Amino acid sequence: MLELKNISYSVEDENGRVDILKDVSLSLDERLTAITGPNGSGKSTLAKIIAGIITPTSGSILFDGEDITKLGIDERARLGISYAFQQPIKFKGITVRDIISLASGKKLPFSAVCDYLSQVGLCARDYVDREINDSLSGGELKRIEIATIMARGTKLSIFDEPEAGIDLWSFQNLIQVFDKLREKTDGMIIVISHQERILNIADKVLLLADGRIGSYGDREEILPGVMSGVVDVCEKVTEQGER
Amino acid sequence: MALDQIELNLLREIADLHQIPEGAYNIRLNGESAGRNSTENITIEPKTDKPGINIYIKPGTKNEACHIPVMLSQSGITEVVYNDFFIGEDADVTIVAGCGIHNCGTDLTEHDGVHTFHVGKNAHVRYVEKHYGEGDGLAENVLNPTTVVEIEEGGRMEMETTQIKGVDSTIRETTARLADGASIEIKEKIMTHGRQVATTNFTVDLDGEGSSANVVSRSVARDESRQKFVSCIRGNNVCTGHSECDAIIMDNASVSASPDLDANNVEASLIHEAAIGKIAGDQIIKLRTLGLTEEEAEEQIIAGFLK
Repeated sequence: MLELKNISYSVEDENGRVDILKDVSLSLDERLTAITGPNGSGKSTLAKIIAGIITPTSGSILFDGEDITKLGIDERARLGISYAFQQPIKFKGITVRDIISLASGKKLPFSAVCDYLSQVGLCARDYVDREINDSLSGGELKRIEIATIMARGTKLSIFDEPEAGIDLWSFQNLIQVFDKLREKTDGMIIVISHQERILNIADKVLLLADGRIGSYGDREEILPGVMSGVVDVCEKVTEQGER
Repeated sequence: MALDQIELNLLREIADLHQIPEGAYNIRLNGESAGRNSTENITIEPKTDKPGINIYIKPGTKNEACHIPVMLSQSGITEVVYNDFFIGEDADVTIVAGCGIHNCGTDLTEHDGVHTFHVGKNAHVRYVEKHYGEGDGLAENVLNPTTVVEIEEGGRMEMETTQIKGVDSTIRETTARLADGASIEIKEKIMTHGRQVATTNFTVDLDGEGSSANVVSRSVARDESRQKFVSCIRGNNVCTGHSECDAIIMDNASVSASPDLDANNVEASLIHEAAIGKIAGDQIIKLRTLGLTEEEAEEQIIAGFLK
């Protein structure tokens, strides 16, 4: 169970204070929660606050009843929180095998690394000893990022727009990854996404709008409103563009 | 010849050897030859006019290796040693050199190795050199390797040089002169810590048509250590040259990188890249999300960088 209590986050820019998240309170204990909302609504910030990458201006976070607000990134990771970056980080010299081994917490044999890579649609033999650097495409990096989360297999896995840049790999495969994670970890998954097909497999949907909870509830209940909202936004943009 | 535990440890650090190697070798221990073996194709002879050895590799020798480790386990030895390698035409060999110092005393220990390579036509040599120091003494460990390379037509040399630990001061001089179609690839890895000082000077003359050089240095400077990297490639013919210095700087260390490209022919194509900076913050964050502490993340990033 993940509980967010009165989470607010503000930054200062040249125009003064900008409130990114405004008093967000919520309890998550569903297997798969999708967070959606327009760009700039605070989705990624919320995910980073849960992972400990961003410290909230105020509010607290409880994970399985324990207050983790003051815990660092690695302490939260060791408690069982995983975070897949929207823009995967590149290294010099660290290989795919290294990062998946680090994620799993032990030196993995070739076959185990292969297994994780196959699950994200990469031919393992071609990738195991590749460095995680500019020689890999955005889509390849993204799939390796997802494989590291699978290798961790923690109680809570957070994916920040996993579909972005997935290139030729199909959505269906990505959805299978979430299904497998659900099966294997018996934990919670939070996915930030704009994609209807991903929202469609969520148990609960959280719509963020302008740093606040727009709506939150069962998918069947929330999704129709969210999708019409998205259409409305798109139409407005088109209309403005035409003017 | 029997080696004690300290000497065996040095041998493992500099040559990945757990015992006296098979095949051709020359082991120099505390300023004297401690063992030598020639083979049918590789002859090792001591020099008569100065300290050092001549290594002759017969033309056409394939897939053979030669180990020439140097170990200094007594404090206070300083020496200059000259080793000349004559690699016959069409040979394809690996030469593993390296120097390890164990200095528990109070006196400066220094080994200056001058290695000269004559690489014959169409020969291929892989030269691996590791430098390492240890010991709880207060005295300095100094290693100043000089490598002089001449490569004839179509010859190729790959040089991998590594200094990871325990060398207080080093000046590394490498010069190479390449004939038509010859190529050289130099990969250097250095980590300095404490108050160590490391200077690297590479000078490559691309004299031959179609010759090429690739010089890559990756280094980590920690604590108060200082590093200087100078890479000079002279394109004197139709040729390609690339040099790259990539350094991670930490604590109060300093790194200086100076590219020096001389194009003396309109068909010479020369590139230099240099990047110096601290460990990227997002790399540490990424590894911390996998459960590593900040210190563990730094170690992993450095280990990968210098791998």
